[in-house]
Amino acid sequence: MPVTAIASPALAADAVEPGRSLWQDAWARLRRNRMAVIGGVVLIVLTALSLFGPLFLAYSYEEQNLALGAAPPSAAHLLGTDKLGRDQLARLLFGGRVSLLVGLAATSVSLTIGVLWGSIAGYAGGKLDAVMMRIVDILYALPFTIFVILLMTVFGRNFVLLFVAIGAVEWLTMARIVRGQVLALKRQEFIEAAVALGLRKRRIVLRHVVPNVLGPVMVYTTLTIPAVMLLEAFLSFLGLGVQPPMSSWGLLIKEGAEQMEEAPWLLIYPAAVFAATLFSLNFLGDGLRDALDVRASKD
Amino acid sequence: MRYKTNRCSIRVLAFAALAGLALVAGCSKPPTRVGEGDRLQILHRGSSSDPQELDPHIVQGVPEHNILQALIENLVTEDPTDLRPVPGQAERWDISPDGTTYTFHLRAGIRWSNGDPVTAHDFVRSYRRALTPSLGCEYAYMYFVMKGAEDYYKGKTQDFSSVGAQALDERTLRITLNGPVPYFLSLLNHYSWWPVHLPTIARYGDPYQRNNRWTRPGNFVGNGPFVLARWDVGHVIVVKKNPLYWNAASVKLNEIHFHPIESADTEERSFRSGQLHVTEQVPQSKISVYRRDSPQLLRIDPYLGAYFYRINTTRPQFRDKRVRQALAMAIDRKTIVENITRGGQLPAYYFTPPDTVGYTSRSAIRYDPEGARQLLARAGYPGGKGFPPFDILYNTSESHKSIAEAIQQMWKRELGIDVRLLNQEWKVYLDTEKRKDYDVSRAGWIGDYADPSTFLETFLADSGNNRTGWANAEYDRLLKEASRLGDRQTRYELFQKAEAIFLDEMPVIPIYHYTRVYLLRPEVRGWNATILDHHPYPYVWLAPRPETSLATASAAAQRP
Amino acid sequence: MLQLIARRILETIPVLVLVATITFFMMKAVPGGPLDTEKNIPQEIKVQIEAFYGLDQPLWKQYASYMGNLLRGDLGPSFKHANRSVNELIAAALPVSLELGGLALCIALLVGIPLGIAAAVRQNTWIDYLASTTAMAGICLPTFVMGPLLVLVFALHFEQFNASGWDFARDRVLPALTLGLVYAGYIARLTRGGMLEVLNQDFIRTARAKGASEIRVVFRHALRGGLLPVVSFLGPGIAGILTGSFVIETIFNIPGLGRHFVTSVFNRDATLTIGTALFYAALVVALNLAADIAQAMLNPKQRAN
Repeated sequence: MPVTAIASPALAADAVEPGRSLWQDAWARLRRNRMAVIGGVVLIVLTALSLFGPLFLAYSYEEQNLALGAAPPSAAHLLGTDKLGRDQLARLLFGGRVSLLVGLAATSVSLTIGVLWGSIAGYAGGKLDAVMMRIVDILYALPFTIFVILLMTVFGRNFVLLFVAIGAVEWLTMARIVRGQVLALKRQEFIEAAVALGLRKRRIVLRHVVPNVLGPVMVYTTLTIPAVMLLEAFLSFLGLGVQPPMSSWGLLIKEGAEQMEEAPWLLIYPAAVFAATLFSLNFLGDGLRDALDVRASKD
Repeated sequence: MRYKTNRCSIRVLAFAALAGLALVAGCSKPPTRVGEGDRLQILHRGSSSDPQELDPHIVQGVPEHNILQALIENLVTEDPTDLRPVPGQAERWDISPDGTTYTFHLRAGIRWSNGDPVTAHDFVRSYRRALTPSLGCEYAYMYFVMKGAEDYYKGKTQDFSSVGAQALDERTLRITLNGPVPYFLSLLNHYSWWPVHLPTIARYGDPYQRNNRWTRPGNFVGNGPFVLARWDVGHVIVVKKNPLYWNAASVKLNEIHFHPIESADTEERSFRSGQLHVTEQVPQSKISVYRRDSPQLLRIDPYLGAYFYRINTTRPQFRDKRVRQALAMAIDRKTIVENITRGGQLPAYYFTPPDTVGYTSRSAIRYDPEGARQLLARAGYPGGKGFPPFDILYNTSESHKSIAEAIQQMWKRELGIDVRLLNQEWKVYLDTEKRKDYDVSRAGWIGDYADPSTFLETFLADSGNNRTGWANAEYDRLLKEASRLGDRQTRYELFQKAEAIFLDEMPVIPIYHYTRVYLLRPEVRGWNATILDHHPYPYVWLAPRPETSLATASAAAQRP
Repeated sequence: MLQLIARRILETIPVLVLVATITFFMMKAVPGGPLDTEKNIPQEIKVQIEAFYGLDQPLWKQYASYMGNLLRGDLGPSFKHANRSVNELIAAALPVSLELGGLALCIALLVGIPLGIAAAVRQNTWIDYLASTTAMAGICLPTFVMGPLLVLVFALHFEQFNASGWDFARDRVLPALTLGLVYAGYIARLTRGGMLEVLNQDFIRTARAKGASEIRVVFRHALRGGLLPVVSFLGPGIAGILTGSFVIETIFNIPGLGRHFVTSVFNRDATLTIGTALFYAALVVALNLAADIAQAMLNPKQRAN
């Protein structure tokens, strides 16, 4: 039984089992969820492969071999080559860096802005709520394509822009969902109690509202990351996303889909890796949701 | 209790799924569109985009031409095998000895689709409309070979009778040119010269302004082999046989359906599922597959077009022509057409495509990396040292990118020059190129009519399509003189000299000459390979055949 | 309720004005115009065409005249489709998108909600894993993979459907499936999450303790709360489905609104871009209003306000 350090001798006599915070509680529950753990492990492996894998490969992601063209998997090229003879394994791992980075960054942006925006709007209600949500409506209706083209012409073909563009779109739906949850939460007793206790609005929002909307937010985040990655794939479909020779999973899947019949290996591997990532995120997210759910009667 | 409900619902689900699958697999095949088309003589043609307009004096694209040639016929029309001008609305013509005056004699009894007779006055009125500035006819300059046309267009005179187009009587039209133009009859096959029915246009608005509704189905009046029956934007355009066409008896097709499909992949799938007789394009990754498995469906026709790189000669490092020549000589064009484009294109060692109405340039560049290195060294950049890195600009597309990457590697390997790739969205790219804000830019040029001048005149000093900042007085002089002469031999000699200058100066780097790659079903007859990719519809028909799917047809074709 | 609706409609007007304004200036800010083509248009002709469309006027004047027309319901002429007005183009494309979207929505709801409920009610059993996996598969596979795959199998191999087009009834099947199954995945996930939230609450435990059957507990008590996140999602979600999807319309060559959204920008067809954006904005606002009303009805506590 772990014993925490005792601050003063006077308290020594009262040393009992240390209390566990909400987060420690949650962590323990998460660890016990088998699927979530598997999901987490898969994610870590994929991330590590993407980050460090390219260093160990014989080919770079951009080396062309025009005479070879699109070749099926072989000893030299474990996952085959694309139509310019580039090694697919290298492109897949390098693409992992791009996709994971885009997914992570855009989702963080969207999560932060969306949760705060939605919580404030939902909690404040009235005019502030109306204005904030109308701003969301306006931004939602603006054509995404032209926004991206505009960004690209002003800032050049920098793929950091991708995060900006995608993050700028995804937070809108997050804000809506959070607002919906907050509206439901607002009339619950413990919030009314906090108000009665005279706590400042900011404290209520940050300390009481936000942690309690985390449940559906977690689930929606596990939907946002695939949405972000797919949005990046959509931009590639339009020709506005990551540009070859750089690759991303979205771009690889798009190229693979176009050559589905004559070169199925170009689609199968990126799609499998993409699916594995999203599944892992999904199980992890579910696990997080379950772990953080204070009312779950699992232990 | 709970588990029993589970098993029940699972069983229901499984049964439903299996039933659905069985239904799908076991059902008999629905009839295909081409099967029906073969029986009823309806041709289904893929088009790359919806036409912008169907007014021959306003449009400027290829999909529009393909539809318009069914609806309107000019004084002359094209021979289906070599596009040679043959009698159309005019049954014969006289050319004056000095080659400047053409007198056309219209056929008897030719009519517009609303019954009105076609007269010489219709042609004169059409020319006037095309040359009226407020209409904004983008190809108005095609008329400038005609006497007084340019002056009228530029507003120097308001009197159209000063222009060299006269209706001597109802059936006789006289056109007077500034000088002999030996390819004038070929020029007439460009849609900017085609006649329109002015009374109809006037009925729906101002005939000298855009946005007139006369091109809607039901309003459209033309004199061609077909009439416009339906135009659903983004969906289909239907033209039906015109009973009033003078040669209707020999037109075998009853209808043509144009399907605007922008995605090449979708179009190819539609072709395979029996929805199209002929496609506009083939996805690049599928060309070698068709070559291997179904070569009888694949058509690769030579095309009057060139793929090249423009060089911005106003940039300091490109001012020296030796640099430009070095860049051109270091490119392995054969590898590009064999391994990247794979569409039977021809490596281009000169600018004008070979055998353009009998003209082939005698001057040519070579693939000579060693020679290129020496030139570069003599220009002051031995081994590429000190050469400032620059960008290859291209519009977003897989194939442009692949070619640019290959050339990037070639220049690095052979010349030691560092190049970056810059890709921009289509409109942004056009804007950048026009403002000459580029270093080297990917470009393409398709001939408007069958004559070498359509290529060489692109790079006249004052041509809006030049965009390289290059000008050469002798080049301009040679071309202007050729435009005044009538004799083909002499003209072609002048072109040879001009092209020799052009290749020596190298303001652009020719890379390959285009081919038209598309899919064609075997029952389509009369669809000949022509350099402008024109297929006059009166000669096209569908040979009836038993209904088989393409899959079985290919398999049958491969059996020994 | 009526007050809510009236207030929303009033709030919508500034939203639409702002959307039109911002889009207008964004289109002007981007390089390239509708008249930029590979073959150069001689300057004097360009001048004529620009005069016809009013593009030679100073910017503020163009804006004012555009907004003036807008107030009269005239969305202007399209540049790319030279003899059609934007109103006509949208009117022609809308029924197609509505049909495609409606079918896809039915599929999404009929497949997604039951899947989500089953997963929540049998949490962490194989049913849950199967349902969640199926849902994730729908989300993971982009439409530009699922579409061509369905075409390859059912249209080209089994030869039961056309590969593209919108002429016959059977042409609706594959595109609606492609679009619907993706949304079904999202809805299943959200339903599962929402239901789990509710099923762990005290009042559910009370109902069970009181001996209510499982079906009653799930459908009568839990479902209203469980569907809350779905309703929030469906607001903009339906707008997305109804305006068709660019990818689906490109793959199946369907003449819907989705294509206009994207191609109008690439063609720099400003009037069409703004027209479609406005239409989309109005739709989003209307659907959000509907979603808020639905939420209020599903959540008795909020209704008490």
